[in-house]
Amino acid sequence: MSEAFKGGGRLPAAFMNPGTSSFVEFLAEVNPERLPGRADLPTGRPTEHLTPEATTIVALTFPGGVVLAGDRRATSGNVIANRDMDKLFRTDEFSAMAIAGAAGIGIELAKLFQVELEHYEKKEGRPLSLEGKANRLAAMIRSNLGMAMQGFVVVPLLVGYDEGREQGRIFSYDPVGGRYEEHRYHSIGSGSVYAKSALKKLYRDDLGESDAALAALQSLYDAADDDSATGGPDVYRKIFPLVDVITDEGHRRLPADEVAELAATVVEGRTQHPDGPTAPVS
Amino acid sequence: MSMPFYVSPEQIMKDKADYARKGIARGRSAVVLQYDGGILFVADNMSRTLHKISELYDRVAFAAVGRYNEFENLRLAGVRYADSHGYTYDRSDVTGQMLANAYAQTLGSIFTESNKPWEVEIVVGEVGETADSDQIYRITFDGSVVDERDFLAMGGSAEHVTTVLRERYVKDASLAAALSAAVHALAHENGEQRELEATSLEVAVLERARPHRKFRRVQGDRLTALLAQGHAADTKDTDTDSDT
Repeated sequence: MSEAFKGGGRLPAAFMNPGTSSFVEFLAEVNPERLPGRADLPTGRPTEHLTPEATTIVALTFPGGVVLAGDRRATSGNVIANRDMDKLFRTDEFSAMAIAGAAGIGIELAKLFQVELEHYEKKEGRPLSLEGKANRLAAMIRSNLGMAMQGFVVVPLLVGYDEGREQGRIFSYDPVGGRYEEHRYHSIGSGSVYAKSALKKLYRDDLGESDAALAALQSLYDAADDDSATGGPDVYRKIFPLVDVITDEGHRRLPADEVAELAATVVEGRTQHPDGPTAPVS
Repeated sequence: MSMPFYVSPEQIMKDKADYARKGIARGRSAVVLQYDGGILFVADNMSRTLHKISELYDRVAFAAVGRYNEFENLRLAGVRYADSHGYTYDRSDVTGQMLANAYAQTLGSIFTESNKPWEVEIVVGEVGETADSDQIYRITFDGSVVDERDFLAMGGSAEHVTTVLRERYVKDASLAAALSAAVHALAHENGEQRELEATSLEVAVLERARPHRKFRRVQGDRLTALLAQGHAADTKDTDTDSDT
């Protein structure tokens, strides 16, 4: 800040120039060292386990909205680094993102993306379109490419309610910043293969909000069943997956007791059928 | 070569201040007042897109009168300052006082250093946990800061508006009642009585009970309904007054 406050405490010119609507670009101009992913990394050192890995995230749409859910575990190799982590981030009224991969970088990315959206909205007097938000996030992941090449790969999943189309939408990304729109359902992270397979069998186009949340919990249970890095519902510690719902009324985190009830339904069902609900063969 | 005339520093400052004051008085007024649920901002503004009132951060809002390009510049600087501070530390570390200080320093140095002072007067309002912790700062063109309580008016013929507002202001009034007082005061600008309609008003609130970002614009049907509600209460009051 010292540089910024030459001239008797007056806000420096960079703050007053009309210039960009992007907070990231503004910060790159006045305080580049505060941006994540800009640091020069020493090469040739093993970078494993410097930051824990965030694991499985699922998302699915339902008529009028979208559900985003994540397990609570973060791992560092074979060690459980954190058992009650929150990997879902409300990015604005109508969008949320979740992260899988290098947790330390992912959390910073989510925080920066949050500010980026809000900053744009305040400067321009209206929020970005969902499409615009998705593109902006792609560019921010691309700027982390250097870190990704060193092993700090982070991939987010963005969900949002598109006010123009009046539906929930899901966007997935690759570490290079490639942006892909996913239809109906998607999953990322270490347990994503199992979660996605489960969703494939559970998904229906006419799911209600709470059934969609239940399907998300079922799929996370299946992921935890087969992937050691994904945490299942912890009934003794009362740690359950987190579920965010976005509809035309905005973003809402399902209250803990509501999720606990849904999780109890899942666990109860598994005592009868350990592999969960089955789909008809034909 | 002609010799420049000597002008005393006092005279220079006085001229600058007069210039700024005149510029600010040319525009329409804006008022800021506390109500039972937070802080209400009302500006006499025909434009629906060129705002005089806007959000700076979660609990902090900005209102300005005077030259649009100048206060828009300040608004943008405030948003950037608040966002970078909140990103570096925590969202709760961004305060109205901090922003008021930055604005005061900026306007103060512009006033002393440049030939043309900025013709703006701004307010930074911060809604706290309780009404007692609400903060309203008024920053004038020369960089002076005043910590205000209850209500204030600025721009246009601010003195007239303040006088009317003082009569009408009730502590812990409802939003409709506070809005009615504000609109009544703005309508009495210049001593004349005008009709102010929803379309020529810019209204926003910092709502204490709102989660996340407390700033909200009040417009369209909601504004019309609130105005009607306040109006109905006013007429009822006058009726009872005349009865007694």
